[in-house]
Amino acid sequence: MTASFWRYTLLIAGKDLRIEGRSREVLYTMGFSAALVVLVFSFALANATDPAQGPITAAGVLWAATLFTGTVALSRVLDRERENESIRSLLLSPAPRAAIYLGKLIATAALMLVVEVLLAVLVGVLFSAAVFTHPIWLATVLLLGTLGFASCGVVFSAALLRARSRDALLGALLFPIVIPVLLAASRATACLFDPLAPDLDPVGFWTRFLLATDVIYISLGLWVFEPVVAGE
Amino acid sequence: MANTAPTPTEPASQSPRLLIAAAISFLLIVLACHTIADAPREITMGLVQKIFYFHVPCAWLLLLSTFVCAGGSLAFLFGGSERGDRVALSAAELGVLFGLCVLVSGPLWAKAAWGVYWQWEARLTSSLLLWLMLVAYVLARRYGGASARRLAAALSLFAAIDVPLVYFSVRFFRSIHPSNTVVSTLGPGMRGAFWLSLLAFTVLWTTLFMARMAAENAHARLVDLELRLDQAEETRT
Amino acid sequence: MSQRHLRVARVCKNFGRQRALVDVTLQFASGEVTSIVGPNGAGKTTLLGILSTLVRPTTGEIFLGEESIHKDRTARQSIGYVGHEPGVYPDLSAQQNLRLFAALYAIPDAEACIAGMLERVGLGGVHHDLPARAFSRGMLQRLALARALLHNPDILLFDEPSSALDPVGVRWLADELDRERKAGRLVILVTHDLDAAAQVSNHIVVLRRGRVAADTTKPDGFAPAEVRTLYEEALRDR
Repeated sequence: MTASFWRYTLLIAGKDLRIEGRSREVLYTMGFSAALVVLVFSFALANATDPAQGPITAAGVLWAATLFTGTVALSRVLDRERENESIRSLLLSPAPRAAIYLGKLIATAALMLVVEVLLAVLVGVLFSAAVFTHPIWLATVLLLGTLGFASCGVVFSAALLRARSRDALLGALLFPIVIPVLLAASRATACLFDPLAPDLDPVGFWTRFLLATDVIYISLGLWVFEPVVAGE
Repeated sequence: MANTAPTPTEPASQSPRLLIAAAISFLLIVLACHTIADAPREITMGLVQKIFYFHVPCAWLLLLSTFVCAGGSLAFLFGGSERGDRVALSAAELGVLFGLCVLVSGPLWAKAAWGVYWQWEARLTSSLLLWLMLVAYVLARRYGGASARRLAAALSLFAAIDVPLVYFSVRFFRSIHPSNTVVSTLGPGMRGAFWLSLLAFTVLWTTLFMARMAAENAHARLVDLELRLDQAEETRT
Repeated sequence: MSQRHLRVARVCKNFGRQRALVDVTLQFASGEVTSIVGPNGAGKTTLLGILSTLVRPTTGEIFLGEESIHKDRTARQSIGYVGHEPGVYPDLSAQQNLRLFAALYAIPDAEACIAGMLERVGLGGVHHDLPARAFSRGMLQRLALARALLHNPDILLFDEPSSALDPVGVRWLADELDRERKAGRLVILVTHDLDAAAQVSNHIVVLRRGRVAADTTKPDGFAPAEVRTLYEEALRDR
């Protein structure tokens, strides 16, 4: 991939993030709904008598909330292109479709990560999870899990741009596909949150698994994006 | 782009092949049923174990459907092959059907074997997820809007790639449970029944696939004929 | 701006069982303003979509000079398109929108180009922070034109450009099109308005049920009555 390819990618990602920076609408709505999801889970799973449930439940809630609000981010990032048909202007430009894909992926992942930081803190408080014990590992797992989710999500969200049942369908199509990411990320996170874990070997294993999954998904996404968004 | 899309196969030429396939399928199923009935009963589980002769072939067909769907989707997405699209749709629908058989027969067996209907066992869980992806394919086709076919095609490619990922992630996730490598522990009488059952199911799948493809081909041919009729009318006026 | 011809070679487009375009063959030269007219459903917007590279033809090809525009991504650098929707980002200001497109098209000396373009379309006085969301329909149309012209394309495509404009806007657009024609640009517009077509074009194409029913060029332009006659002739059942 040439320098101009990355120029296009960063241009498109930068454009989306700049728009977010201006209005902050997506961040606020995502952040709030993510926090609410965590609260709902904490009430639904409230179990004051069994602290050992802590790390697994905390990790599960963190990732479930991330996935749900991730679909919001995806809809919003692609929805912006529908208003005024600006997607058409993007597709008319000389920018390679793969660069549009990567740009959208970076923008979506960045938005999700900002909200995930908030989520991690919230989960740490409500479930007494050891969020700050291994910050670099946690950041890595969050990053890789987010990328895995967004790499599939951008493809489907773009294809659903003009569909009427867009919002209902996106989750239904996406969730089965990203289950491996969810599993790997939540296992790694559970181990990180667990004060009694003997070592971080599972984290290393699941992180490598996530990395491989991300590479596979992103490669497929890069390849498939163009025919999917190309005109009929 | 090809100058004109190739005319879908004449329906008349498909009927004999379909009938032959259906006949072979029927014969094999009858044969398989006899063989399964005659097969020795497994010691610990008795009659219930014979679900296995249905369950495993269905799981295999779920997998086959996924990869045939992905292959058709590949041809459609990158080669513009309309036939590939029809192949993908037919395979996906069959995958949903046989996947349902897996998900019904599996818990029934599990209840008898382990006392619970569901145990997050690696293969059954993977089958569930794969089934969900094929259901998603059919949903995407129906409700996906203007780009429905391309969306569904992309979905099936991700689903195919996911097959090993899902399996391994679930397996390592549940590494505390023993995996069941059932086929190799079959006794001699059972092995024959198993392979025959597998063959019968595969031929059944193929027959159903051919029938489904025939329906799709007929539909495509109808569209083509309508277009030609319009064109003929235009040149006349 | 180069002087390449745009050639439509036997283009067909099917949407399932609907034939939108049938065996369309046309030629466009630079310095021509072509109006594509026809009744609803004639295939005008589809043809424009194919010319813009957004829609792929089922069969046939479009050539700009010797290049097939659908096979060569760089052909997009030579095409500017103004559709029904303005195609700009509502959360960005006019300047920010144009800066984005300037970067996408790799335009040298972008700032000067943008300032000049905004002046030209009459948006020079707009506050530089105002998001496009706050623009009127007419202002958005002007911004859309600025976006389409920014990279100095050989070809300009318009889909019903005057449909959302007031009379002042319509006159402004006619002046702009005239200016572009004199500058040697190749302009194609799809329109329902036969009088507007007569006013600005020197090449008229009538589409009927996906086929070319009439294709006439008059270098000195058409009188409104001529266009009407042409249109009615083309649509009359033989």
